Amino acid sequence: MDITRRRLLVLLPAAAVAWEFVRAGTPESAPNYKTSEHWWGMLIDITECIGCGSCVRACAQENDVPDGYYRTWIERYHVTDYAIERPQVESPNGGKEGFPMNEDSSGKNFFVPKLCNHCADSPCTQVCPVGATFVSPDGVVLVDKNYCLGCRYCVQACPYGCRFINPKTNTADKCSLCYHRITKGLTTACAEVCPTGARQLADLKNPKDPIHEYLRTHSVQILKPHMATGAKVFYNGMDGSVR
Amino acid sequence: MTPITTPCDLNHRSLARFPVSKTIALSQRLLFRRAFRTPRLRLLFKDIEHLLRLAAVMLIALVAFVVLRAAVVPKSFGQYGHYRGDAIAELAARPVAHAGHEVCEGCHTDVVDQKKLGRHAGLHCEVCHGPQARHADDPASVKPLLPDTTVICARCHEANSAKPHSFPQVASADHSGGLSCNTCHQPHRPKIEDRGKPATGAKK
Repeated sequence: MDITRRRLLVLLPAAAVAWEFVRAGTPESAPNYKTSEHWWGMLIDITECIGCGSCVRACAQENDVPDGYYRTWIERYHVTDYAIERPQVESPNGGKEGFPMNEDSSGKNFFVPKLCNHCADSPCTQVCPVGATFVSPDGVVLVDKNYCLGCRYCVQACPYGCRFINPKTNTADKCSLCYHRITKGLTTACAEVCPTGARQLADLKNPKDPIHEYLRTHSVQILKPHMATGAKVFYNGMDGSVR
Repeated sequence: MTPITTPCDLNHRSLARFPVSKTIALSQRLLFRRAFRTPRLRLLFKDIEHLLRLAAVMLIALVAFVVLRAAVVPKSFGQYGHYRGDAIAELAARPVAHAGHEVCEGCHTDVVDQKKLGRHAGLHCEVCHGPQARHADDPASVKPLLPDTTVICARCHEANSAKPHSFPQVASADHSGGLSCNTCHQPHRPKIEDRGKPATGAKK
């Protein structure tokens, strides 16, 4: 082919554009998954939770959570009728090995599974000085551990105590709503292993998701609604004493 | 080659006592004097060299900042927001540990048939058997361990006043006296009366 000056001038910008496309990055790991089509949350039915700790164990195994740290954990509430405002809450080893028999069976006893609330207006992402934590376009609060400095601002900012500093990486760590699973069409590890179905992954942007029918027909609450965090973990049957 | 001679003016006086830098400074001053004839402006720009030097330093700093920023900030930063866009794909690329019940049920159809007749129909396999993605990837060489029923059954069924009252619970010390649960119960279909019944569509 004869390359004239005119032809070269036409080809050079075309080549530059093509090179930009080559450099644009690796192809997405889940090609059929579109972040704009989802808005993830979770439904927790407190009346169904038996405190077996399957979710805590599964989460630790799925996400390599070090011992003594929890991305999800279970609390046992003990509320007496004369001290509704002051519940006794315990969570031995995060509920990982279940709970010993409660000696004081008076009053009200129940389990509350906790995890990151994947807030739409999350306080933790707002304080990050370097942009290492963020709400993804599909509504999951994630941590970029390659970019995190480990400054602990976000750990302090989370009103639900859902964040910790991973001792292996020295970076902030938290529930990712099993982002590597839900982008592949699977449910989260905790919901997969919940024997009573007390935990359900919910896609609020999917009109066919049963969450919409559930939210219409049940008295569902979120944790700390007065903080206006836009929490997306919905609790059914939650007692007023739960913090 | 002719030697470089010193330039001289019309009166043949050497110009060597006017070094180049001095000449430039002089010409600049003349230029600015011509440009700003009002005394106020002349006063303002009387030390113009200082200002020019400062401007040069700031320009160099600006160029250095722009170049360094382009080199240090990741390419995908700001793609979706104030974070690294590639982080999303990196997090999604992590391998799974729990295969999910659909994968298990693809092979273990006999257990599925057995399980759906009993009270444990709604339980997924990895509740008791643990994460099995590695087994699902390579069933021949990665063999899962059988769970210990004394431990695994008690996690759900050990009596606790915080459990919902409708949930079947026992105090295992009274109930079995230390015997393992699968002595009497078959975990996939736990009701004792069901034990030994054919798993699928019984023909009588």
